[in-house]
Amino acid sequence: MIKSIQELEEIRKKALEELEFRKQHGEGIRIVVGMATCGIAAGARPVMLKFVEEIQKRNLKNVTVVQTGCIGLCKYEPIVEVYEPNKEKVTYVKMTPEKVLKVVAEHLVNGKPVYEYTIGYEENKEANN
Amino acid sequence: MNELSLYILDLVQNSIEAGASLVKIEIAEDLKEDLFTITIEDNGRGIPQDVIDKVTDPFYTTRKTRKVGLGLSLAKQLAMDCEGSFTIERLEKGTKIVLKMKHSHIDRPPLGNITETLLALINGAPDLDFKFCYKKDRNEFIFDTRSIRDILGDDIPLNTLSVLDFIRGQLESGLSNLTGGVNNR
Ligand code: FES
Repeated sequence: MIKSIQELEEIRKKALEELEFRKQHGEGIRIVVGMATCGIAAGARPVMLKFVEEIQKRNLKNVTVVQTGCIGLCKYEPIVEVYEPNKEKVTYVKMTPEKVLKVVAEHLVNGKPVYEYTIGYEENKEANN
Repeated sequence: MNELSLYILDLVQNSIEAGASLVKIEIAEDLKEDLFTITIEDNGRGIPQDVIDKVTDPFYTTRKTRKVGLGLSLAKQLAMDCEGSFTIERLEKGTKIVLKMKHSHIDRPPLGNITETLLALINGAPDLDFKFCYKKDRNEFIFDTRSIRDILGDDIPLNTLSVLDFIRGQLESGLSNLTGGVNNR
């Protein structure tokens, strides 16, 4: 099952670097994905894995992706909350893997939340309808 | 939900919430008996009796209790729709859920992307151990996060990106060996 000792040494080394970075730079950004039944049914799994994949591709060492249970807003699932130190939480709703690409590029990399995907935008839209 | 692997992802959330440290997931496809069986066993504190009662209550509607047990009642419904059975058993320590379906039943969803389900679980609950076993007729594939921890050492969490990537490779190659590379139905 395990490929080669050398490959594992390589993985171990990379993982230790990741850990070291986290230790030195504190918590960093936390991405929280809602994984209750309705979130899963609405597509939370590909959303979570897209974040993981993009973060790895772009080598964003200060970002972690975690899951949570029910957020209590079924109709907006999949829901993703972004916690940045010293900033207000940003809640993204009705997420898709495509939206993840934009959130990673604009919010995580460039520091500008994507307003059109947030719950505030969605609620405004509904209020105006 | 249109993939059995999504039901699995959802059912295992109960184990995580019940504070399990080990979750065993078994998928067994038996074409001869025309059976598709999913077994999830954990060592957590157990699903509360009132939730179990609700799920087994025929008048229970998913509307009343959304937050807990919804996945359980969905799974039970699926079993019923596929001429199968659904049981929850309280173990001395933990819970065992068995979902059986008629393999050839037209309403049985495909397994779907089980690799993604396992990766989402490992990423979301990196402190837990998962033993995954997939039996297909006479062949089987076993994957156990404990063997990865043994090699990498306890100081490396399984949700570090390089480890997740490694696990993805292990699962993909193991599963394609088992299913002959076809995403099976
Ligand atoms: S049950 Fe839908 S958000 Fe909790």
